[in-house]
Amino acid sequence: MSPLNDTAAGIRAKAGWMRRHALKMVYDKQLGHLGGDFSATDILATLYFGVMRYDAKTPGLPGRDRFIMSKGHATGAFYSVLAAAGYFPEDWLSTYMQPNSKLNGHPNRNYLPGIETNTGPLGHGLPVALGIAIAGKLSRLDYRTFVLTGDGELQEGSNWEAAMSAGNRHLSHLTVIVDRNRLQQGAGTEETNGLDPLDDKFRAFGWHVEMVDGHDVEALLAVLGAPVGDRRKPLCVIANTVKGKGVSFMENKAMWHHGVPSAAQYEQALKELV
Amino acid sequence: MAGSATGAGEASRQGWHDCREAWARTIEGLAEADPNIVVVVNDSVGSSKLGGFQKKFPDRVINVGIAEQTLVGVGAGLANGGKIPFVSGASCFLTARALEQVKADVAYAKANVKLVGQSSGIAYGELGPTHHSIEDFAWLRPLDNLTVITPADPWETAEAVKWAAGYEGPVYLRLSRMPVPNLDIPNRVFRPGHAELVREGTDVAILACGTLVHLAVQAANLLAKEDISARVVNFSSLAPFDRDAVRAAASLGAIVTAEEANIRGGLGGAVAEFTAENMPVPVQRVGFPGFLPTGSIEDLFEAFGLTVTGIAAAARKSLARRAR
Repeated sequence: MSPLNDTAAGIRAKAGWMRRHALKMVYDKQLGHLGGDFSATDILATLYFGVMRYDAKTPGLPGRDRFIMSKGHATGAFYSVLAAAGYFPEDWLSTYMQPNSKLNGHPNRNYLPGIETNTGPLGHGLPVALGIAIAGKLSRLDYRTFVLTGDGELQEGSNWEAAMSAGNRHLSHLTVIVDRNRLQQGAGTEETNGLDPLDDKFRAFGWHVEMVDGHDVEALLAVLGAPVGDRRKPLCVIANTVKGKGVSFMENKAMWHHGVPSAAQYEQALKELV
Repeated sequence: MAGSATGAGEASRQGWHDCREAWARTIEGLAEADPNIVVVVNDSVGSSKLGGFQKKFPDRVINVGIAEQTLVGVGAGLANGGKIPFVSGASCFLTARALEQVKADVAYAKANVKLVGQSSGIAYGELGPTHHSIEDFAWLRPLDNLTVITPADPWETAEAVKWAAGYEGPVYLRLSRMPVPNLDIPNRVFRPGHAELVREGTDVAILACGTLVHLAVQAANLLAKEDISARVVNFSSLAPFDRDAVRAAASLGAIVTAEEANIRGGLGGAVAEFTAENMPVPVQRVGFPGFLPTGSIEDLFEAFGLTVTGIAAAARKSLARRAR
């Protein structure tokens, strides 16, 4: 297995496709989390089309790279990237949150291929990713484990339990990406329960930290695609992002955490997401 | 009567065992045969009796420190990576502190994780309700996909551990540290989801689990002297729940349940739910009512009727209600 090695332009095109699909899914259902979908989209597209090694037709390969969507509410983005990567047919996206759909509001690994663990309640992804990384080390497999967390999500203590353990274990093949859009459900992270200086926090827990523009595909490729080498630390990528990225009236607005567009807003957003 | 709480005087306790020894012996043997078996602990090597395992397989003891949410999450991750993780810690912390991880990462996700609750029930005695695990049945029983097993003796503990290792799916093994005798049942076969007949009887059925099963046998012996024929059933599987065994018990017309747990939501709760909907008969529940006062294991068993005489009294009461 090797990464798909899409070009940056190709990855940006995939991200545009994902945003348009997420928008339609949430508009059709009048339910979802577009703000967090859009802040995470470029990160997901970079991972699936430029970094990770996997075979969507054989999703259980022991040596595959793993991705854990810890911010499990951002299924508009997550299901879109899985469909784009070929885990399931694109037309399934139109069943998003419909009765008995495999596309539940939060991901279930027993419903769809490509989902490593069930998420939804926050702070669950990093501990599970830690276990996957430990298993890889025990089995002498060189797969990498990536976990995407929200930033507000880091207020959950379980993340820091796992971060401490990962640092102590020198798990170089574990990467956490923080979708640092600085907004949580109702307000800014810093006015709710501040996280800064987030980089120092991870360093203090034994992690190597990189800061990156989470919408700059070239920069994401450089940081996430770099070989693990002899770094004896887990990697934390703080991806500075914009909640609602790509739609002018959604950007940096907490109300678009789970806001749903009207018909006029839907048309306007589609125009902006060409 | 001194010693009546655990059903025997000191002299007759030879041959009684702490079931953790059977657990430790069995998991070591399984690990010899299968390199994928690992244990995950929260600073609980000693209390899980895993010192020997650690000597033999130091790399296969994953100690996350005092961090139960990560303890269970790591178990789910190890299963994803092809390991067979036995996640072992004191039941009170494993099932309460990490309940959401047990629900989402293990049960809902159907992860191949074996949760091993140590020192369950009131094993920590005087340390009090923070360290008792008598609510675990109530909060684990409704979780789909999770098999819940409470072995009654060393033999069943070993069999349950072996079975769990070979079964693909989530399991909770609720172990005690209170010494118990091996039950005297010929040709035993461990079948999860099936209650085990320990002693036949025709007047009243005593459905018990864990440390209460051998007490129920002695209670049946006591009742026999009064010409009351009591059936004793080892209800080690709380989930899947053996409805046929409860139906058969209800057909006698009088039931007693006995468990080292809070009677709200545990085995007694499960039996009461089922009989109320399907075959309403008197059900007397022996167990604990809630947070317990300070006391040793023996004190608390005695005070709340988790005794031979307490179970026998519950049987008489159930029979009296049937007669009305």
